[in-house]
Amino acid sequence: MITKDAERTVPVTSAPAAEEPPQRPGKVHRAWDEVPRWHIYLPLSIYLVFTLVPFYWILLFALRKPGSTSLVPWPVTFEHFEKVWNERSFGTYFQNSVLVGVVTLLMTTLVALAGGYALARFDFKIKRGFMLALLCSQFVPGALLLVPLFQIFAELQMINSLGSVILAETVFQLPLSIILISNFIKNVPYSLEEAAWVDGCNRFTAFRVVVLPLLRPGLIAVGSFAFVHSWNHFLFALMFLSNQEKQTIPVGLNTLLSADSVDLGALAAGGIIAAVPVVIVFAFIQKWLITGFSAGAVKG
Amino acid sequence: MAQAAAVAKPPAPPRRRRASATPRRLPYLLIAPAALLMLGFIAYPVVSVFYYSLQHYNPTKPWRNGFAGFDNFVHAFTEDPLFWDTLVFSAKWVIVEVSLQLLFGLALALIVNQTFVGRALGRALVFSPWAVSGVLTSAIWVLLYNSQTGITRYLADMGIGEYGTSWLSDTSTVFSAAIVADLWRGVPFFAILILADLQSISKDLYEAAEVDGASRVRQFVHITLPHLKDAIILSTLLRAVWEFNNVDLLYTLTGGGPAGVTTTLPLYIANTSVDAHNFGYASALTTVAFVILLFCSMVYLRLSKFGGESK
Repeated sequence: MITKDAERTVPVTSAPAAEEPPQRPGKVHRAWDEVPRWHIYLPLSIYLVFTLVPFYWILLFALRKPGSTSLVPWPVTFEHFEKVWNERSFGTYFQNSVLVGVVTLLMTTLVALAGGYALARFDFKIKRGFMLALLCSQFVPGALLLVPLFQIFAELQMINSLGSVILAETVFQLPLSIILISNFIKNVPYSLEEAAWVDGCNRFTAFRVVVLPLLRPGLIAVGSFAFVHSWNHFLFALMFLSNQEKQTIPVGLNTLLSADSVDLGALAAGGIIAAVPVVIVFAFIQKWLITGFSAGAVKG
Repeated sequence: MAQAAAVAKPPAPPRRRRASATPRRLPYLLIAPAALLMLGFIAYPVVSVFYYSLQHYNPTKPWRNGFAGFDNFVHAFTEDPLFWDTLVFSAKWVIVEVSLQLLFGLALALIVNQTFVGRALGRALVFSPWAVSGVLTSAIWVLLYNSQTGITRYLADMGIGEYGTSWLSDTSTVFSAAIVADLWRGVPFFAILILADLQSISKDLYEAAEVDGASRVRQFVHITLPHLKDAIILSTLLRAVWEFNNVDLLYTLTGGGPAGVTTTLPLYIANTSVDAHNFGYASALTTVAFVILLFCSMVYLRLSKFGGESK
């Protein structure tokens, strides 16, 4: 902080632009560095309060004794968690949600990787049509296709199996994932791959050895997107899974929400169970997410 | 298709030099899984929705089932006041929600793009609601808005508002209450996308502007905003489509109530098909929603001159 203040006193106009000593790399441009601190901390603090009070509230309800109106969850009790996990079958829901999330992640990433590579590296007859289809599918509301989807899964005898939810989630994740991944691949110079072919790799090996490692941030962004979405999404599971043992976490939460007399402690504990995996994934990938987006989403 | 390909084949061989190392079928093989999945689970359902929109189709009233022509559409536009109400509410919801999210998201992104002590933690914290689902958002805000034990009680103790009112069951407050709940998780979405793009702006531009004596406001207007344009256009469109289509939050937060004042068109469609089993009519409403979305998106992209000079 002190060094920055010292730097700031150097008059910018004193030296010709070309002769100016190079800025430290990684430092944000000067002009915005001169924003007064309180211009950052004041709005940020207000926004932080808005962000964190709801989180605090749910923790408060989950951890304090039933009937208490204290604003501090003390003494801490875990009875809401035990109740939700065992009596409200959140244990089962949790397993189902993990299964749906992980399989959706794997399927989406694999299928989108293949499709994205084709779009990034080849010209072929139906390419424009395919890309148009990807774009248009963004306007198709998944919620509104519930009835035909239900009929399809009924035909396939997949009602009440997690497979139906996994398939539906994967399909609705695909368009955006393909677009993102193809943009990531476009950012990897084609000449790198060609060099690998010259060295005797076939297309697949060249891709695996040269391109795939460079795609890591993009793949993490796309995969985590797929996981978080399928973890959170609720209508497909609500519609296609009538058997309670097959249900996922969001449906369990909805059951708690729509109960005649809402058990607030149970609702809060269920909400925290629903949030934990997503928060962990999110904390872990945050760094890649921003770079992933700036490479893929925006330069498309 | 197959025949056309077979006919076209003979004179083709040496056409493409670059891809000579690979079979010409490879790109088709690569997109096949995605294309098949989307054909089966998006394209086919869409077509069947169009088909059902022209039918009377209600399993609970089988004697009426059959070809309906445009009856469903006529009914929606001329006889169903609920349709217009939900359409108006959808528009209001999307416009208010997305513009507020964009505004706050842009401000938030500009703030956390600065260097300051605790930036990484600050970013992680303010972005965290982005990961929270519609249902979970509802759960959290139901707790907050609870008339007996929610934040209202403590605000009432401080003299703001009155104790015992539930903002979600009052027609005059439910809209704002739902908007705030959705802002909570929507603002970080914009902030993340805009921040990603902010970071790709070359620092040289600002340094050059600084040397030329441009003020920070001018730098923002002439460097930052033009650079962010495409990202803003795209994220706004995606978010608007998403906010329009998404039923998770309102379904679980307000259930469309009280008295139907927070029922969006998609929520109305879900009720019509799932609860009332009126699949024909729901399909017609779906078709209308789809056309509206497509039309608005095209107009929006045209007006905003998306992609402009670059491609």
